[in-house]
Amino acid sequence: MFFDLIVVGASWGGLDALTVLVRGLPPDFAVPLVIVQHRGADAESLLSGLLQQWTAGKMLEPEDKDPIEPGHIYVAPANYHLLVETGHLSLTTEAPVRYSRPSIDVLFGSAAHAYGERLIGVVLTGANEDGSRGLQCVAEYGGYCVVQDPATAVAPTMPAAALRRVPHAAVLPLSGIAAHVVDVAKNGPPAEFTRATA
Amino acid sequence: MAVSLTPRDGIESPGASLGRTELEKLEIELLLEGIFRHYGFDFRSYAYSSLRRRLWKRIEAEGLESVSALQNAVLHDPPVMERLLRDLSVNVTAMFRDPSFYVAFRNQVVPLLRTYPFIRIWHAGCSTGEEVFSMAILLTEEGLYDRCRIYATDINDIVLRQAKQRIFPLERMQEYTDNYIKAGGKRSFSEYYTAMYEGALFSPALLKNAVFSQHNLVTDGSFAEFNVILCRNVLIYFDKSLQGKVHGLFYDSLSTFGMLCLGSKESLKFSRFEHCYEELNRREKIYRKVL
Repeated sequence: MFFDLIVVGASWGGLDALTVLVRGLPPDFAVPLVIVQHRGADAESLLSGLLQQWTAGKMLEPEDKDPIEPGHIYVAPANYHLLVETGHLSLTTEAPVRYSRPSIDVLFGSAAHAYGERLIGVVLTGANEDGSRGLQCVAEYGGYCVVQDPATAVAPTMPAAALRRVPHAAVLPLSGIAAHVVDVAKNGPPAEFTRATA
Repeated sequence: MAVSLTPRDGIESPGASLGRTELEKLEIELLLEGIFRHYGFDFRSYAYSSLRRRLWKRIEAEGLESVSALQNAVLHDPPVMERLLRDLSVNVTAMFRDPSFYVAFRNQVVPLLRTYPFIRIWHAGCSTGEEVFSMAILLTEEGLYDRCRIYATDINDIVLRQAKQRIFPLERMQEYTDNYIKAGGKRSFSEYYTAMYEGALFSPALLKNAVFSQHNLVTDGSFAEFNVILCRNVLIYFDKSLQGKVHGLFYDSLSTFGMLCLGSKESLKFSRFEHCYEELNRREKIYRKVL
């Protein structure tokens, strides 16, 4: 594998988009995913259960310091920030960032720092601009960036904002993101991809 | 790099990029070592990612550009250290955060506490006191507060002074009222405070059996034996080794059959004390010391 971790951010319209993404992953896909989907502070933990039916991967809401394991898909619990450390996850109750907790920027920023060029960042549909700064961090640390084509997004604001910050990100329709990510993780980034350098 | 016009929230760190990670890690280690040796505050075993983000927020707020510049400022300018201490130690919380926890506490812990003539409660890492007031309200409504003594501690003296003032932002009262109702509150939440110009002033009766004092979970030891210890969403800021050490402190500070209440996404599973407790409520992370 060319990559060790995939982080995904979604907001308005995210449940359907995540369903498409997760369904598109092959059953033996080992690279772990960490997902932030914006939702209300007192949302019940239904999201991971809803998505579980579409994947052979183990879907869960992590607890603090849970290890990052192959074949697992982690969904940030409501009302916590989810941060990536090397090999495990941390949760915090720090203030919302631009009204969001969990924040996609916080997840992506921490993951970029911990995983550098072994990281893929994916920004999906959403009606705010969370994730754009985080995706820029992913790019600056040499990671591979994917953005849902705003034209195929229920809410185009978030992927459009991500593209303004990371113009060289791979842009794909929702239906093509899973296959592309799997291909890149297994076979490496396309030839035209150039990493940020220090 | 261009100076951004909006706050970076510690997410973007100027100059930090591929290849600089190790150098930055070294700078952070040196900063934390310096703080420990000069001021005695030990942040060396804090969870790295959130620590790093808080440091960058402070670097930005001070108009600095690097961790090393912050180190210089912190060591030579104590007010910078005071502000950093606040950033690193303040636990953002709300009254009746996670209302279902308070429902479980009422239903499962209160009946056990009724059998005790006197109840000692420790709020470890109480920050500005939101959870202390929440618990005082709950115990008052259950008719237990007169038998209780609440010890509320935090590393940061400034937040303790703030808690003792009993004033909370008015604009949060709607959220707290919603939480209070979901938490099984038995009265009207507004009975507990008076709306004033500066904020909502809470009733002094809620603090009559509460003591606030400075205590550092990292460096200080046990100071009494408790029937209940609440430490919710505090240990998440520590790394696993420090979490284990603090769980030792809690174990030593709990009476047999004492209750330990953690945040809903925390657990004892990485601690060597796990087998010493039974789960009173798995979902709400309420444990009872049995060994």
